[in-house]
Amino acid sequence: MRDVAVIGVGCTEFGEHWGTSFRDLFVKAGALALEDAGISGENLDALYVGNMSAGRFVEQEHIGALIADYAGLATNHVPSTRVEAACASGGLAFRQAVIAVASGMEEIVVAAGVEKMTDVGTGASVDMLASAADREWEGFAGATFPGLYAMIATDYMHRYPLTREQLAQVAVKNHENGAKNPIAQFRNRITVDTVLNSSLVADPLRLFDCSPITDGAAAVVVVPLERAREFTDSPVRVLASAQASDTIALHDRRDISTLDASVAAGKRAFAQAGLTHKDIDMLEVHDCFTIAEICAIEDLGFCKKGEAGRLTEEGVTALGGEIPVNTSGGLKACGHPVGATGIKQIYEIVNQLRGEAAGRQVDAEIGMAHNVGGTGATVVVHILGA
Amino acid sequence: MSVSRFWRKIPQRYNLIGTQCTSCGRYFFPPRSLCPDCRRSGKIVDHKFNGEGTVVTYTVIRSASDQFEHTTPYVLAIVELDEGPRLTTQVACLPEEAKIGMRVRSVFRRIAADGESGTIHYGTKFVPTE
Ligand SMILES: [Zn+2]
Repeated sequence: MRDVAVIGVGCTEFGEHWGTSFRDLFVKAGALALEDAGISGENLDALYVGNMSAGRFVEQEHIGALIADYAGLATNHVPSTRVEAACASGGLAFRQAVIAVASGMEEIVVAAGVEKMTDVGTGASVDMLASAADREWEGFAGATFPGLYAMIATDYMHRYPLTREQLAQVAVKNHENGAKNPIAQFRNRITVDTVLNSSLVADPLRLFDCSPITDGAAAVVVVPLERAREFTDSPVRVLASAQASDTIALHDRRDISTLDASVAAGKRAFAQAGLTHKDIDMLEVHDCFTIAEICAIEDLGFCKKGEAGRLTEEGVTALGGEIPVNTSGGLKACGHPVGATGIKQIYEIVNQLRGEAAGRQVDAEIGMAHNVGGTGATVVVHILGA
Repeated sequence: MSVSRFWRKIPQRYNLIGTQCTSCGRYFFPPRSLCPDCRRSGKIVDHKFNGEGTVVTYTVIRSASDQFEHTTPYVLAIVELDEGPRLTTQVACLPEEAKIGMRVRSVFRRIAADGESGTIHYGTKFVPTE
């Protein structure tokens, strides 16, 4: 297996892009990534695209070919593959690109993610997102996606001393970071009261505990590490790429409040990289809901179960803290175009490791990305190093 | 949900019929046709659950998909059946009555109305026993 490096990244602004189509979002992110890498489309050997549900959001399947076509690559007949694992589709696309290059099968590969969610109404998108869980035995009973994470929160708060205020502080911290990120959907600061006074979505989760519905696309370029210097003076190495699965339904998990797939993928990633928690300088985790960030920090082993709320309250996970979490603003403030999120996490870490994160820059040489599909049926973890 | 997709699982949905692996004794609801412990060496038979169980965790859904919007707020829970398996279900009680550890039993109720096809779906809900 060859070592792999990221040589270029690009991301659209995240938000409600009424005037921009699905294909235009992707083309924009892809062009930014190629420009950053200093290459052109004809150099590409393959494309991997993470996308959860274009079939239902914009009634378009066959995304791989569509994207290659509108990226101007149809005449080159570049192999282009869509991968799907609900909200972990982006992380999975990145992993497929890394595997393709590491194996020696491909040289210069783009991993991208795209989702156009605002062409349908809120009720319809709530229904679509619920299809990341078990349609027949969760969705049919009336489970929404926030409802499932709310049941995690109920279980968690019954067993561990997490306060409602600590949960709100996850959102406050992520908005604080989002306010410093030019691509973030929400660049406004909020307070604990903003969260506690927002409407209940699924008890105990309120509107400001939930990530928003977002349009956006992100893309990165990966090559063999030995060739990275041909393209850039600041390549970012892929130190680990791990993936794990678990039961599709929350009710079948060993423990409601632990995402065992996060635990497994995290351990595999640390073993691959030969690193420990002390080596990680920053984390981008999958905070689709505030409770999900709490679980992620613990399940990846950065503290014991039941401690992440207190660490959040004490500022340990803030920009200036010991282990900054979600410097991009996370899914909560940066936005969550489901298929693009996993690639945006890589985009953020690469920007941080290169020292190009401007107002939200942290001191980091190694970063970890954690991308979850559904309520934890798929988890993808990557470790990147400057 | 399409009509055929719904009707296929009517016996299970209406009567709380799951499966059991007679090789290791483990019960499954929702039904599984492969035992994760015994895999291909497991022998799977149907099993009708007695319908009694305990609330493991719950929420109150205030904002739902179009299909369920007219029934909000409703209590959604993970219930552990006395035989062992867990399932996701609505509990027919007031939001403030729901609590972890609450004893419940299954009843046959209307679950949702499908806006597109006009079909009314029935299935199992749970009610408090105390
Ligand atoms: Zn068995």
